[in-house]
Amino acid sequence: MSPEELEQIAEEERERQAGFKHKVHVCVAAGCQSCQSDSVKSALEQELSKRDIPGGCQVKGVGCMGLCAEGPLVSTNRNVLYQKVGAQDSSAILDSLEGDPVANLVCPTDVPFFQSQKKIVLENSGNIDPERIEDYIAASGYTALMQVLTEMSPGQVIEEVSRSGLRGRGGAGYPTGLKWSTVAKASGERKYVICNADEGDPGAFMDRSVLESDPHRVLEGMLIGAYAVGASEGFIYVRAEYPLAIKRLRIAIKQAERLGILGNNICGTRFSFRIDLRLGAGAFVCGEETALISSVEGKRGTPRPRPPYPAQEGLFGEPTLINNVETYANIPPIIRFGGDWYAQIGTEKSKGTKVFALAGRVKNTGLVEVPMGITLRQIVYDIGGGIPDGKKYKAVQTGGPSGGCLPEEFLDMPVDYENLAKAGSIMGSGGMIVMDESSCMVDVAKYFMDFCMSESCGKCVPCRVGTYQMNRILESITRYEASEREVAELQELTDLLKNTSLCGLGQSAPNPVISTMRYFPEEYKAHVEEKNCPAGVCNGDHEEQP
Amino acid sequence: MATTSIGAQFAKPTPPNATDKRWKLVDATMRRLGHHPRALIESLHTVQETFGYLDEEALRYVAASLRVPLSKAYGVATFYHFFTLKPAGEHTCVVCMGTACYIKGAPQLLSSLKKELGVGPGQTTPDGQVSVLTARCLGSCGLAPAVVYDKDVAGKVTAQELRDRIAKWKPHVS
Repeated sequence: MSPEELEQIAEEERERQAGFKHKVHVCVAAGCQSCQSDSVKSALEQELSKRDIPGGCQVKGVGCMGLCAEGPLVSTNRNVLYQKVGAQDSSAILDSLEGDPVANLVCPTDVPFFQSQKKIVLENSGNIDPERIEDYIAASGYTALMQVLTEMSPGQVIEEVSRSGLRGRGGAGYPTGLKWSTVAKASGERKYVICNADEGDPGAFMDRSVLESDPHRVLEGMLIGAYAVGASEGFIYVRAEYPLAIKRLRIAIKQAERLGILGNNICGTRFSFRIDLRLGAGAFVCGEETALISSVEGKRGTPRPRPPYPAQEGLFGEPTLINNVETYANIPPIIRFGGDWYAQIGTEKSKGTKVFALAGRVKNTGLVEVPMGITLRQIVYDIGGGIPDGKKYKAVQTGGPSGGCLPEEFLDMPVDYENLAKAGSIMGSGGMIVMDESSCMVDVAKYFMDFCMSESCGKCVPCRVGTYQMNRILESITRYEASEREVAELQELTDLLKNTSLCGLGQSAPNPVISTMRYFPEEYKAHVEEKNCPAGVCNGDHEEQP
Repeated sequence: MATTSIGAQFAKPTPPNATDKRWKLVDATMRRLGHHPRALIESLHTVQETFGYLDEEALRYVAASLRVPLSKAYGVATFYHFFTLKPAGEHTCVVCMGTACYIKGAPQLLSSLKKELGVGPGQTTPDGQVSVLTARCLGSCGLAPAVVYDKDVAGKVTAQELRDRIAKWKPHVS
């Protein structure tokens, strides 16, 4: 594979696509698939085979279009988006290719949900077929890799990434360029590159969507990273709970190998790189990098103290670069358009865009990509469409079990790493759960503590025993049995866990409790003193509504 | 003499049931990864994918083939939630307990299941028909609350829908 050959594949694919006057895209990512988008696609294909459409028409399965709540989604190349499409709608959609769109299915696209987004990571989602490498190449795919291999030294690549200001999208926000240069400088017999696709935060599905919609982008980011740090072998650690993402990654790796984009002497250079998948097996702690490494080695996923950091001593004791899916997905555009271009987007310290999984009590649930520095109000009310059923906003939870709940007073805060940390939450991987007055914040804190308790790996005592004790106190609060003394004990335990746990799981496990105690003290008070749950969740009648 | 005894000790174990062709799939995974102890998790994945769960025989066989102590294999199999040591029922009903599903009513779905079937998460009905399971997060948060019936993911599930769906499984007793 040479740059010329790549260009030729892109040309041929573009020509092939230009041969169709009409294009109908059906979302085949997991969200819409669970609303039977597969049957919509086959109905459209069947209907298409029966008729002769002048100018030709192509029906294509594509990745996530974002508005998962209204799926299955279908779009056409005349900028029409259809929502909640059923198989029976296929002939109406094909009938209206030339004329007016099918009125009862149209989803308006001139709304903030679509207009306020800025797509970098998701630029191809909803446009390309995730199971065809040619489609990715036609969308300028792998040109960044070619540019890196033929024109840039590893040092120049790292400099470009550093200049972009990109920070790790897994949650902690460590500068990516700095991490890469540490691994590049480390000495070792071999070096490894790992992609962390163990998206364990409940309420987060950004990585899943990127892997299902645009898997080649992640491979390209890993390849560029491997070239920059001098690695020859890579692993993608992906959750076994994401079968579709696994299937598409396997297809993508095979296709890249066939074209010589993965393998020995890529692009005629001395650079060789192989990627293998490793399936996670349902352990939240494996999102922590040292635990993940242990799991890739086939062992129990328990973390170890750092330093040494994986950049010096990682997988099999060798220097290892670990980044998250979204971080790698940002790399190709940074190389293509330059670090300076990327650095223009976002705030002073947090550059670029961030993908959020918007869910919970909000009208437009789905996947959104916004520039850093946008306010929570813009995300929840403009893009998310506000709270449904006339209910009142209570909090937005970011960062999953390691994050916190932000009340109304933070709605106008610009979202970036520093501000979220100051407010007592974290960016996390990008889950954003909106809660209204029907949620009890003590119950939410208990939910997360229960999660951390059962996900604690058991290696260090503060986390193993502390999460159990905190969960027990929270349970007794929600049963109206707790005393003031127990609440004080809960507070004490938050400090203990934060300061003495071995890894991030234990250190951040108290965050949901700390933030709810800080911003919603009246709810704790009501449970303890008045034996009452203001939201009506803890009244024991957890039974179903009629 | 020492070398022969080591060789004898690590003679290739035979699968628990040599006539069962499914062990070939497990062998293939172990072979692909060079029978290295590192291959433990991947091999267990293959066993679970092929047989539905990990029983003692399978654990013994994989541990012996990869030269991993049985205690370690058992440790790994019980550490990770995805692995199960018990066979599931004829049908499985997985209720997602991710944050979005939780605040949109997943606990109510579970209590409705408990009422209907008399079993809680991780349990199977006495007739072996239905297993009730929970998931940490399916990543279908846009469709909360989500439930997986056998392999079909359903979104925005109501307690009524859940009951109807379970009822369809019930008369299927052979």
